[in-house]
Amino acid sequence: MKKEYEIKARDFVRAGKAAIGVQNILKSIGFEQDIIRRVSICAYESEMNVVMHGADGSLLLGVENKEIVLEVRDSGEGIEDIELALKEGYSTASEEHRDMGFGAGMGLPNMKKHSNVFEISSQKGNGTYLRMVFWVNGNRE
Amino acid sequence: MILRVREICDLFNLDVVSGKSNLDREVTGGYCGDLLSDVIANSSAGNVWLTIQGHQNIVAVAALKQISAIIIVNGRSADAETVAKAEEEGISILLSSKSAFEMTCLLGQAGLGK
Repeated sequence: MKKEYEIKARDFVRAGKAAIGVQNILKSIGFEQDIIRRVSICAYESEMNVVMHGADGSLLLGVENKEIVLEVRDSGEGIEDIELALKEGYSTASEEHRDMGFGAGMGLPNMKKHSNVFEISSQKGNGTYLRMVFWVNGNRE
Repeated sequence: MILRVREICDLFNLDVVSGKSNLDREVTGGYCGDLLSDVIANSSAGNVWLTIQGHQNIVAVAALKQISAIIIVNGRSADAETVAKAEEEGISILLSSKSAFEMTCLLGQAGLGK
């Protein structure tokens, strides 16, 4: 099954709704707690990145027999140096976002850590595409 | 020791600003943090979450992590949008004039996490 969520840039009222929606679907299907926890962390972090840094974007959940896939796209400012952005502690969050508890420089590292496959492509000025895969039985068969 | 949210409110005289119908939730431990990425990665279901953050983004984090209740410490308050969103998600938000450290010590003395 697939389910797509629209994400609006700077819409902190709806922020988190996509991640909560993803979690509810995975719970209703009956996945194990650990994989739900990992997908939820990644869905939340990626959704918040679009809200904070992106122009509008989308989060697509794909559920198959052996894997859960999250694809997140936005048409925002893009990432100039992906390697640097993946370093824990590096952040380009604004002062306003830091005041709200974002900008720890943990977003992308959290996603990388909690997914089994983590792919990112981005160009400055051309948006960002993220694809994360979670193996349902802990290993790929 | 497991406490219920209601017992924590009564023991420490905390103001409940949202989620009054969910005070029977069990609290199995706690987590302190003001960085949302830290809390989303490291808190556990059933935790009470102590933070100085009162803006609406705390609600989605608490909902996603099945946090039993949020305690906003240091005499800070929750924004009106936060309360409205917390009501919608069924998240209890409690207010304390104490610091996160003081509140954590008190919860420990009450037996939480032991």
